[in-house]
Amino acid sequence: MSFRLSYRADPGNPWFSWQYVRDNSDTILAAVREHASLTGRAVLIAVLIALPLSVLAYWVRPLAGPILAVSGVVYTIPSLALFAFIAPYLGTGATTVLVGLVLYALLLIVRNVVAGLNQVPPEVREAAEGMGYGRWGRLFRIDLPLALPGIVTGVRLATVSTVALVTVGVLVGHGGLGQLIFAGFQNNLYKAEIMTAALLCVALAVVLDLLLILVARLVTPWSTRRAR
Amino acid sequence: MTVAANPIGQAITWINDPLNWTNPGGMLDRLGEHLTISALAVALGCLVAWPLGLWLGHLGRGGGLVVLISNATLAIPTLALLTILPVAFASGFGRTPVVVALAVFAVPPLLANAYTGVRQVDPEARDAARGMGLSSSQLLRRVELPLAVPYLAAGFRTAAVQVIATAALASFVNGGGLGQIIRTGFGIGIAAGGGQIVAGGVLVAGLALLAEVVLGGVERLVTPKPLRRGRQRLGRPRAADATGSA
Repeated sequence: MSFRLSYRADPGNPWFSWQYVRDNSDTILAAVREHASLTGRAVLIAVLIALPLSVLAYWVRPLAGPILAVSGVVYTIPSLALFAFIAPYLGTGATTVLVGLVLYALLLIVRNVVAGLNQVPPEVREAAEGMGYGRWGRLFRIDLPLALPGIVTGVRLATVSTVALVTVGVLVGHGGLGQLIFAGFQNNLYKAEIMTAALLCVALAVVLDLLLILVARLVTPWSTRRAR
Repeated sequence: MTVAANPIGQAITWINDPLNWTNPGGMLDRLGEHLTISALAVALGCLVAWPLGLWLGHLGRGGGLVVLISNATLAIPTLALLTILPVAFASGFGRTPVVVALAVFAVPPLLANAYTGVRQVDPEARDAARGMGLSSSQLLRRVELPLAVPYLAAGFRTAAVQVIATAALASFVNGGGLGQIIRTGFGIGIAAGGGQIVAGGVLVAGLALLAEVVLGGVERLVTPKPLRRGRQRLGRPRAADATGSA
């Protein structure tokens, strides 16, 4: 309750302070770097696990229901609770944060990839089979390329929500920009620190999202060609 | 990096201690706080989002705005909003700012579903109602609103579950709720508090899952039978229909 007593609406605590940014550029940059690296690693690992899992759900029909149901249930579990389950086993550190982040990203990606794969028209599938494509050939030459828009959507959603989620990691050790938000809260509600970190978070999400859109354009050239 | 010997066993012991239930700040207190905060936040969200969504849907305008709002909240870190709003209100860290912050997270699914709910009403039904001489506001109240109820329910479910999940983070800003149990556990260290951390996690996750199931049943009840099957889950803001929206 000491917070309430110590807080005054004093003009010495502005929302935006260039002074703060300049004086703490090292800390801020380190936080941004950690934030981006945690996000990148989490999404990358999630993609690497999610793709085989989705293909499994796509090939083995009876598995699709359970895989999607489990991911739906796990997605309902609040982030704090998830970290609480992991932390007593892995301790507090980057690993714990990463495991939690990967889990959430995984669920989002799996859902979208499965939806994307299921969108491949049956005629296309049959035509590919008629042309003599085997199961793997069809997967890599037909199914996955056609599902790319769905995959990209999943990865974009996962990336943006992971950026927001990293901040929660501050409780179990590493929170990237969440570290600044929390420090600002504890440091007598230092508004400039909280606001700077929050804005950088949103900015990071936007930048990563734009990057992914760019990547999507490059890997699916046909979609833009058709638009023209 | 100290790791508790057997967190699950500790957690069971902790949950079975009656004092941990009835103490001030015990599980019952925290559960009450959690539910009060969440209920107020969802109610506030409904108060704002439903009239706006229904009205925009009735006008058939503002679809872009609805999508924009839904997508923007995805990128805002919960922790930042929970911290910023209390600071902005300058009213300290009581219950009100936390409720307002959580309501912000309830608005997108409620708004999007209210909008979609009105938009999906069959244009012929709308024309028929107009032909019968209903005024614009009568059309909204007597035709569009009842037909949008299943969508409103779906949005309510998503919003409520999300708010209950997010309310766990209120503990970061001393807002109370079940998250506080987890936070206290971390406060006394993983070795000593491991059981309490896991116990708090079980409670928070259990409450979120329970809300999902119960509200899912409610959603089913208010959805007319012919619409129940084959319709996808509506309005998951994080996973739903973001295709094509930049």
